[in-house]
This record gives sequence, structure tokens and C-alpha cells, in this order.
Amino acid sequence: MNAVAQPESKREENARPISYVSPDVNIFENKDGYVLEAEMPGVNKEGLEITLENNQMTIVGRRRPENLNADVLYRESRQADFRRVFELDPAIDSSKISARMDQGVLTLTLPKTEKVKPRKISIS
Amino acid sequence: MTLTRWQRPGLSAFDPFGQISQLREEVNRLFESPFGNLTQGFNTWSPAVDLYEDKNNIIVKAELPGMKKEEINVSLHEGALLISGERKIEREEDKGDTHRSERFSGHFQRSVTLPTAVDATKVGASYKDGILTITLPKSEEAKPKQIEVN
Repeated sequence: MNAVAQPESKREENARPISYVSPDVNIFENKDGYVLEAEMPGVNKEGLEITLENNQMTIVGRRRPENLNADVLYRESRQADFRRVFELDPAIDSSKISARMDQGVLTLTLPKTEKVKPRKISIS
Repeated sequence: MTLTRWQRPGLSAFDPFGQISQLREEVNRLFESPFGNLTQGFNTWSPAVDLYEDKNNIIVKAELPGMKKEEINVSLHEGALLISGERKIEREEDKGDTHRSERFSGHFQRSVTLPTAVDATKVGASYKDGILTITLPKSEEAKPKQIEVN
């Protein structure tokens, strides 16, 4: 499969001292590139960290620290930060990746390099 | 961490620590994705909710990433708070081929039983970073009172 999404193995994740939550993602591909959406409630632009290394893209989302001066009666949300690793399709132009954060959803646009895009050749 | 040689469980001597760590691994695996796959399979969404209390308020926080304020409904019915709405996620027709589709799209609702009586006329709600925060002032009767001793 030629997808951008190839989550790293769970085993490795377990070996880490800090535990993370894997965000739910949607990934679409069209002729221009990929769009990746990741759900990270409680994370804003400042808490976001995207790193690229050897065709691997790591997304980390740190939640804003709770500054609520109140007692917890009940908690379902997980306090851990978000993290997920993706293997990038070599067709992606990594210098042109752009990111947007809106209401806890990260949207990444990953354009393909010009040379792999399908092109119509006009016949003269 | 210690390394011990693996032995067939039935043949080894009684080894409570080995069994405990084995059990712990099993449990960890179970909780790795608590109901994550299950809820996806049933195609429902029950947003995570936190409940807080201070002297004067009950505070409810719900994780609702990627919504518009107008798509969230909050109502109060006899001591229960109901959060509902519809999250519309654009689909492949607009965006191309789908490689992964883990985000929930559609209608959801969640109700929270409030621990004390609240003043329904003064409830406030805000939505930021995908988290809905609802502040419900306690009714006068529910607030803690200092009783003077004569």
C-alpha cells in the first residue's frame, strides 16, 4: 500500500516510559497529494509538534495543563499527550507540507512532487 | 528488570511473580485501546466527559473535536445534562480516495447526571480547542453553608 499511514508497531510504543494516546485520523488521497486529519481535543497550535525524519512523520500533541481550581468528581478523558507516527509516501514533497489546527483537529496537507502528478499532455 | 528462562507453565515450579507479570501484560493489552475498536465497529460516538466541582459550580467538560459551535446542543432535564449534536465530516467524494477513516461522523448524544441541583437560568458554555466547557452554578440550597454554633 502506498498510504501515508503506516503506524509504527505497538510494541515499541509500550517500551516508552511515557504513555501516549494515538489520535484518530482520516487520510484522503487525491491527484495533488494527501490530506490527513487528526483528532486531538485540548491541544492548540502551541502544543503541536510535527517532525520529519527519514520519511517518517511524527505528530505529537500536548494538552494544555489543566488550570481549573476544582475537584474532579469523574474523569473519562485521558491525560496523556497524543502521538502517532506515519510513514510518508515517497511521492510527497516534504518541503511543502502545511498544517492547520482548528478546534482540536489537526489538518495536514501533504502535496505530491510535481513530477509524480498526473499530467495531461497536449498534442501539437 | 530480570531475565528468566522461559519454561512451559505446566512444568515449571510455582512462580507467582512470573504469573503476575504475565497477567499484567494481558491486562495492559486489554486496555491498550479501551473499546476504541468496539465503538468504531458499532459506529457510535460517546464523547469523553469530565465532571468537576468547586464551591459554587459544577463544571462539565466534553471532548468534541472538530465541531462548529452551532452544531452542539446542550440542554438540562431534571438534574441531567444532555449534550448532543451532529458532526459532519466531508467524505471521499470531495477529498479523493480514503486511506483511513477513524473519525466518527454523524449524530451523537451524551447525558450526564448532575450531583447537585443547579440554577438552570445561569448555565454558561464555551467551546475551545475542541473541548466544550459547561459551567452550572449550584442552586442556593446545594451550596455548602456555614452553621454557627451558639
